[in-house]
Amino acid sequence: MQIDAHKMQSLAETMVEHEVKGRSPWADARKRFRHNKAAMTSLVVLILVAAFALFGGLFAQYPNDEIDFTIIGQVAEIGGPSIANGHYLGVDELGRDMYARIVQGTQISLMVGVVGAVIAVFAGTLYGATAGFIGGWVDDIMMRVVDILMAIPYMFVIILLLTMFGRSIALLFLGIGLLSWLEMARIVRGQTLSLKNREFIEAARATGVSSYRIIVRHIVPNLLGVVIVYASLLVPEMILIESFISFLGLGVQEPLTSWGALINEGAGTMQYGTLWQLVCPLFFFVVTLFALFFVGDGLRDALDPKDY
Amino acid sequence: MKTKLFLSAAIGIAISTPGFAADKMMNGMKLSDNQVFTYRLLDDLQSLDPHISTDVNGAEVFRDIFEGLVNDDPQGGQIPGSAESWTVSDDKLTYTFTLRDTKWSNGDPVTAQDFVFAWRRLSNPEIASEYAWYMELMSVVNAKAVIAGEKPLEDLGVKALDSKTFQVKLETPLPYFVSMLTHASTFPVPQKVVEKLGADWIKPGNLVGNGAYVLTEYEPGEKVVRERNPLYWNNYSTIIEKTVGLIINDENIALTRYLAGDVDKTLVPSGQYPRLEAERPDETHSNPRSCSYVYWMNMSEKGPEALKDVRVRKALAYSLDRRVVTENILQGGQYESFNFTHQATANFTKPVLEWANWTQAERDTKAKALLAEAGYGPDNPLKLTISYNTDEAHKKIAIAASQFWKQKLGADIQLSNNEWKVHLTNMRNQDYDLARYAWCGDYNEASTYLDLLTSSSTFNAAKFASDEYDRLLAESKTQADPAENYTKAAQILADVMPIVPIYQYTSAIMVKDDVMGWPFDNLMQNWYSRDMYRVEK
Amino acid sequence: MFNFILKRIAVAIPTLVILIVMSFLLMYAAPGGPFTTERALPQVIIDNLNAKYGLDQPLYKQIWTYLINVTVHFDFGPSYAFKDRSVNEIIAKGFPITLKYGLISFIVAVVFGVSLGIAAAIRQNTWLDYLAVGFSIGAQVLPNFVMAPILVLVFSLWLGWFPGGGWEGGDIAHLVLPVVALSTSFMASIARLTRSSMLEVLNANHIRTARAKGLPTKDIILKHALKPTMLPVISYLGPTFVTMITGSVVIDIFFSTGGIGLFFVNAAFNRDYPVMMGITILLGSLKILFNLVVDILYAWIDPKIRY
Repeated sequence: MQIDAHKMQSLAETMVEHEVKGRSPWADARKRFRHNKAAMTSLVVLILVAAFALFGGLFAQYPNDEIDFTIIGQVAEIGGPSIANGHYLGVDELGRDMYARIVQGTQISLMVGVVGAVIAVFAGTLYGATAGFIGGWVDDIMMRVVDILMAIPYMFVIILLLTMFGRSIALLFLGIGLLSWLEMARIVRGQTLSLKNREFIEAARATGVSSYRIIVRHIVPNLLGVVIVYASLLVPEMILIESFISFLGLGVQEPLTSWGALINEGAGTMQYGTLWQLVCPLFFFVVTLFALFFVGDGLRDALDPKDY
Repeated sequence: MKTKLFLSAAIGIAISTPGFAADKMMNGMKLSDNQVFTYRLLDDLQSLDPHISTDVNGAEVFRDIFEGLVNDDPQGGQIPGSAESWTVSDDKLTYTFTLRDTKWSNGDPVTAQDFVFAWRRLSNPEIASEYAWYMELMSVVNAKAVIAGEKPLEDLGVKALDSKTFQVKLETPLPYFVSMLTHASTFPVPQKVVEKLGADWIKPGNLVGNGAYVLTEYEPGEKVVRERNPLYWNNYSTIIEKTVGLIINDENIALTRYLAGDVDKTLVPSGQYPRLEAERPDETHSNPRSCSYVYWMNMSEKGPEALKDVRVRKALAYSLDRRVVTENILQGGQYESFNFTHQATANFTKPVLEWANWTQAERDTKAKALLAEAGYGPDNPLKLTISYNTDEAHKKIAIAASQFWKQKLGADIQLSNNEWKVHLTNMRNQDYDLARYAWCGDYNEASTYLDLLTSSSTFNAAKFASDEYDRLLAESKTQADPAENYTKAAQILADVMPIVPIYQYTSAIMVKDDVMGWPFDNLMQNWYSRDMYRVEK
Repeated sequence: MFNFILKRIAVAIPTLVILIVMSFLLMYAAPGGPFTTERALPQVIIDNLNAKYGLDQPLYKQIWTYLINVTVHFDFGPSYAFKDRSVNEIIAKGFPITLKYGLISFIVAVVFGVSLGIAAAIRQNTWLDYLAVGFSIGAQVLPNFVMAPILVLVFSLWLGWFPGGGWEGGDIAHLVLPVVALSTSFMASIARLTRSSMLEVLNANHIRTARAKGLPTKDIILKHALKPTMLPVISYLGPTFVTMITGSVVIDIFFSTGGIGLFFVNAAFNRDYPVMMGITILLGSLKILFNLVVDILYAWIDPKIRY
């Protein structure tokens, strides 16, 4: 995991501080984020990439699975990017339109990233908040389970799952999502614990406010900052994991594709005069991951500012 | 009693005797000082035990470090190996081999008992060799019962008449029996060593062979090295001092390393043949190889309703454009296939198939008509799934096939990609619609292909069953010349169409131009390091 | 401290047992057996194989036997696919290789990553800083299965500086490309982490005071700033080492190093259960061990932390 746990911890503490002091961190954060040029530019890039995934297909001249029989077999010679024949980004080894395939691959990769992150965040928040709020021996057991799961080499488990039960997107989501919520659960639990025992919460309890209201009114909004930041940093992680899975040949089923699968195919043939097959998907991949990193970092810095 | 004394042994030696020590010349070319041959291996070896291993990579090693009764010559004919000569009885049921005076690499003599021991070991149900069936295929007496554990090992029809005479008894005459003996599972193993060390006999340092080379280094996942065996009977003719197999998983990296000079022989990645052929014409080769690529069509009860109709099966077979597969996807000189058995197989005449001579447009028209007749069309589209195992080329062909059937027949084709073992299980349990399969001949004879489709064959994933077909093949086993039966059987396959024949293999390889003696003309691509040499360029 | 370590080990043991049982159940549930071969084996041979490997026993017995073999005898059983070798032999052969280039990559990543991060933090908002940040993110997002073939192409085929693969006992020439391919992305994350951590520390009050007093920058960094800077970096290192071993799959595929990664992937494809389980358990233990080491290091650097 490339997510800086230390900084997440610091963010969580700041959020608790805000809650205790009864301030909303959001207004300031919005302002700070707007002044972060890298993050704002990245946000625009992300919106463009998402728009490309959603509407890029409208401009494709070919379906993503159709073989162009006039090109297949001479891809290196005549399959390059061309406005004239409608293959804006060239064709792949089989003469299929790269543009249409990249649009479709972008959809899959973004979906893997977002769905994986959402599963992780939901599972982690729910689990962590439950453990923290209930406390006692339940908390003990729940956290031991997290410790045990953390010892599992998760990438190996994903490989096992996919080789044994056949490849499917659902299994991929399950594998990726279910194995990346652990850190989230720990942070959320810690935060819930430290909030739970604060005076103002105890006061609220003493005056007869229901547990439900306490959770909804104080704990959940407080977790929101951590959750959003964590999720935004998880998305690129998920996309990277998916690309590794695709490299092993365990990714999505043809004719569907993903960035990882496209890059892997392009990398295999890069010395055979079809460099666009690597460069085009790699461009989208790198640009999107860059943007995701900057937005995630920007969000965190906006919510947990340091004076430098 | 007919005696065939092999003069070709003497001729073979005359050809391959280089006068190596004297002038270092070979066929008019000066031999290089560097006699190391390095080639690329796709995968690690399953085992160093010739009775356990089943992979091609292993067979290449075994042909160097062991020697069976006969060897392949560079054209694919059989020449004496450990056996100096052999005789066949008049009823063609008894083969008697006279062994040469040869030694194991530890100095012990190679005896007929070693062969008896090895062949029994291969059939031993306790060893559980995957190639035990090969004994059955060679129709050695009692092989079936011994493998099943119903009879003791001693009942297997092999015998050492004396230490240099090995006798095999067959249940039925088998015209191609001798050509089956180049297969690694028939190689001898040193009885004394195996009995003493048990399963440890193939551990590093223990392995003893009778081939022209000895295994000197084996690093799993990295490389296999064998070096000249000075005790080999024909050591004088061996020129290559050392053969190194480097395990390189990725075919593109393998090519890069070939170009960088790390390896002397590698496969041409699919689709790269024309370019490499243009750039390096002296190093790029494409020759027929005895393998055939097909799609099984599931005709069984569990299969889709549509595939039970011969018209649908024919429509699928006709409308797959083989030229695109061979010329645009694979591009390695592969042959379009209309018939399961590889066309270059010895003594096999292809049946005359009408549809093979049509143009693709004619085939497409016919396919559409057949499919319409069968009741499938725009309002009732054909729905099928192509299953294939993970591999770049299989994927490409499956995608192309799905496009042909989608565009020409309006069929709705899904793709399903699985690991090899899952793919095998699905085929065996008839859990598929169309499944990719390729078969490589074990020996150079049509029955190695046609036997797969008999109704009792465990390979028969389509569950194709034809009494006439079974009869033709059963009969062929005892015929002096079974060619006619093979052609008839192939005709039945074309009429019933349980498979979609797609293409027949070539071996598209790169070999450095100073490496001589690669057996390009051998359909089985069985190569031996000792037949090769490097020259000065 | 001692109690803390004991407690950690006490958690580690049941963790391992559960890991073993879970992976065993996973294998058991999977379709397609290890003896699925191209030619269907006669039932008698399958029975023989099942008996030989104890697969004819009831499930709970198989698990128990396996557990005892692994924990008491350190015996992971035979490999189904590589029939000459036991899992122990496969691991004994491949793991030292992986460990060697893994450790070197780890050291390279830490040394260069930390130096780069510190340099960037000290020279904040200079070209060096921008370069370091750009490199860090770029290297993090470039998949190493793209990088590895590029390295082979450039340094082996075009420049001819290094061999394009092989191990040869792990001499320097054969180590360079695998180490570069494996360490770059981790070096990048460590650099990023160090940079931000260093910036935070440099802005802390006691460092500001030291600066105001006019202490030389070198002294401030080495004596006061380095230790607290390393805290988040160290907590990152534990899991990283294991992630790096996972990345060795790519290295083994492209550089034919003969390490454990390729054996794992092939075992998964071949349904070679014992090898898969052996390697999974090995890496699980390693992960537990590294987390433990990191915790101890952490406690040692920052005595304020008490568990």
